[in-house]
Amino acid sequence: MRFTPVVAAGLAGLLSLPLQAAEVNVYSARQDKLIAPLLEQFEEQTGVKVNLITGKAEELLTRIKAEGAATPADLLITVDAGNLHRAKEAGVLQPIESNLLDQRIPERLVDPDKQWVGLTVRARPIFYAKDRVDPSKLSTYEALTDSEWKGRICIRSSSNIYNQSLAASMIEANGEAATEAWAEGMVANFARKPTGGDTDQLRAVAAGQCDLAVSNTYYFGRLIDSAKPEDRAVVDALAVFWPNQNDRGTHVNISGAGFVKHAKNPEQAVQLLEFMVSDEAQAYYAEINHEYPVVESATLSDTIKSLGTFKADELNLGVLGTNNSAAVKLMDRAGWQ
Amino acid sequence: MAIKNSTPYSSRLGRYRPNGFLMTTVLAALCVALPICVVLGFLFVGESEAWSHLVETLLARYAWNSVLLSILVALGVIAIGVPAAWMISFYRFPGRDVLSWLLLLPLAYPAYILAYTYTGVLDYAGPVLTWMRSIDSPQWLMDPILNLKSLPGAALMLSLVLYPYVYLMARAAFLDQSANLMEAAYTLGQSRWAVFRRVVIPMARPAIAAGTLLALMETLADFGTVQFFGVQTFTTGIVRTYYGFGDTTGAAQLSSLLLGFVAILVVMERLSRHRVRYYSDRLRRLNQASQYVTGVRALLLQSLCLLPVLFGFLIPTALLVTWTAFYAELQSLWQLTLNSFALAGGSSLIIVTVALMVAYANRLHPSRWLSYLTVLVGLGYALPGVVIAIGVLIPFASFDHWLSAQLAFLGVPPTLWLSGSVFALVFAYLVRFLAVANGSIFSGLSRIRPSLDQSGRLLGLSQTGVLREIHVPLMRGSVLTAVLVCFVDILKELPATLMLRPFNFDTLAIKTYELAGEERLIDAAAPSLLIVLVGLLPVIWLNRSVSKE
Repeated sequence: MRFTPVVAAGLAGLLSLPLQAAEVNVYSARQDKLIAPLLEQFEEQTGVKVNLITGKAEELLTRIKAEGAATPADLLITVDAGNLHRAKEAGVLQPIESNLLDQRIPERLVDPDKQWVGLTVRARPIFYAKDRVDPSKLSTYEALTDSEWKGRICIRSSSNIYNQSLAASMIEANGEAATEAWAEGMVANFARKPTGGDTDQLRAVAAGQCDLAVSNTYYFGRLIDSAKPEDRAVVDALAVFWPNQNDRGTHVNISGAGFVKHAKNPEQAVQLLEFMVSDEAQAYYAEINHEYPVVESATLSDTIKSLGTFKADELNLGVLGTNNSAAVKLMDRAGWQ
Repeated sequence: MAIKNSTPYSSRLGRYRPNGFLMTTVLAALCVALPICVVLGFLFVGESEAWSHLVETLLARYAWNSVLLSILVALGVIAIGVPAAWMISFYRFPGRDVLSWLLLLPLAYPAYILAYTYTGVLDYAGPVLTWMRSIDSPQWLMDPILNLKSLPGAALMLSLVLYPYVYLMARAAFLDQSANLMEAAYTLGQSRWAVFRRVVIPMARPAIAAGTLLALMETLADFGTVQFFGVQTFTTGIVRTYYGFGDTTGAAQLSSLLLGFVAILVVMERLSRHRVRYYSDRLRRLNQASQYVTGVRALLLQSLCLLPVLFGFLIPTALLVTWTAFYAELQSLWQLTLNSFALAGGSSLIIVTVALMVAYANRLHPSRWLSYLTVLVGLGYALPGVVIAIGVLIPFASFDHWLSAQLAFLGVPPTLWLSGSVFALVFAYLVRFLAVANGSIFSGLSRIRPSLDQSGRLLGLSQTGVLREIHVPLMRGSVLTAVLVCFVDILKELPATLMLRPFNFDTLAIKTYELAGEERLIDAAAPSLLIVLVGLLPVIWLNRSVSKE
């Protein structure tokens, strides 16, 4: 046992030799297939090797915390602002210094301390059954608690971060007490116990189990692009409604990246972030997963265009993280499973 | 048999020196004790920030759901397992022999895979309900199917895969009963039903209880099914507290509470086992007393016995095969299979080796404290994977940080030596499944007469030599069974693997879980099918060795 440290030191020395080549280590909550082609392009352009590890955001964050100074991670990519804020709170991120990023990404999509940046925008509107819902009766997220919608709403579990972020944005707009009342009203209007993901909710509306669903846009986009007839049937039966157009706007969230404090390859990490906000990378994101670019000059996919334009909630997304814990707790109390 | 030339005297003296077998047993007991102590230790740490929220809003729900789920599963496994065992034991009808082992097949399924499969086909927008709506089926018929993703649904899934425990135990108890007692009851004018109720069932009750309690331990340990069905129990609560709130203390404290429930089951199981001993009076085996049945009644018995097999194995397997063959978006499973098999293979070899050492220590040096240690080792199986994961992660991570700090002056980059490597995972498997290997190894070893050991030693074999040259060849079957059962249990294990796997290291079970989480139930069919098919091996093997006896 006495020799273990020496042996380990020797081994570590040997292992660190091939690490001289430029590389960047990414912990990503984005699915492999949605991000890998983009990273390959980056590798070709820059010669920097990207090592990708995918998992759930919570697991990746727990991992980075456990690894402490030992972490190999340079960037943490998540599919929501809430988890990036959690990473910031946990003290595992550091500010990103890049003029290019400052110029290209709107300020509200960036952490106030620049510890994380948004890379794409996703919206969370309401989808309704065309044959059973008169869209003129729809107005806001708040109005979903009207008795008119009793037993007609499908939405996924409160353990899902998208719903937590929606509630967090409402806490900011209406306060905690009003949001808790809203959550209770939502639970009272559920058509069924929350189950499955966003696509499940859309399918349930099409199948007639409920009349309204709250879902991120790209899930609908995927169904539009699907070749399967049953998916096409879902698209034909549904239409999108953009809520809160007369006040703060529809709730949006980001997928984004945080800069890990103990990053071993800081230059390459920033280089990769800058690549991700280039016009072509942004257009790719929009095309492959029907998300909205953060850069205005990037082109939208036809599928996204078909959903129409809308006014987005201009809240600084850091707030979603700040209010996350309160949102989770009030949804627990409201019995939103 | 090769005979080695060594002096028998030196090893006789060695009986009183600490030796490898004893040391291994002590180490194994320490391994099992580690997560228990860590988790319980957190009861004395102050309250975490999330804890008060947990207590106020969620704790009662977790506890109530866990208890309700246990009650429903207990009813379910008894309702399926006991009648099946009764029909197989007391009646002779065409196909009885085949059915007697077909009834074991659902054991190959982890409950979560059954849950994914039935959800895939019974979803509101799925084929079954769409068809039922098209023929205007009444709502009361569709409602239960619609509500599959619920607590009763989870109980049904768990019952369908766990009833074989009760079936096996009850069948063995029925077959062991002396026919004389039943005949005595008949001559005293009792009806068949009265004999069943007043003689057969009371005598088999300890065995049925033991089987049910085993099923309940699995139920409390289940994570995949309840997580997928959105049932908030202790296991999902622990994972949510650990990841969602990032609260290690709260997760460890919840784990302690879950351990409390498990401890009650363990005590009950021990008590029920004690009582088995009173009833082993075997004058004449029951087989000769079972009744021949033909015609419509035979058909009825066949159908009833086939029902659990149909829903617990045949239907889901047919679905998985169809999805894999025609619908699933297939991706290469090579790397996943390789990871799974290497992990399960390596771990089960280690576990069985340790189990052999523990069994051998008990044979060579029986003593009171050793038997206590062995009981402790056997407790591992009752520990839910989530609890082991938390109890292993916490001390290992602290050790890693301490070691990294010590080595910093050597210029060694900080590394997660234990918690970030496959070591943590193998450790957790050892804790959880050592008891499984022990069961098989102990019974194998106890069948070898001590006189054989003595002859071996007289002929100059060392203690290890006796193990290698006499015991291992004689108990090859038991060792293989132990390896096989451990292998499959590890292959199916979900929560501990999920929390402890090294980074970028996916297994078949993990992939299945992730695909299901992404609403890609059809695509999850291929890895699921692979797990189930491999899971069949020990079921078939076990049945062969049971029927040989």
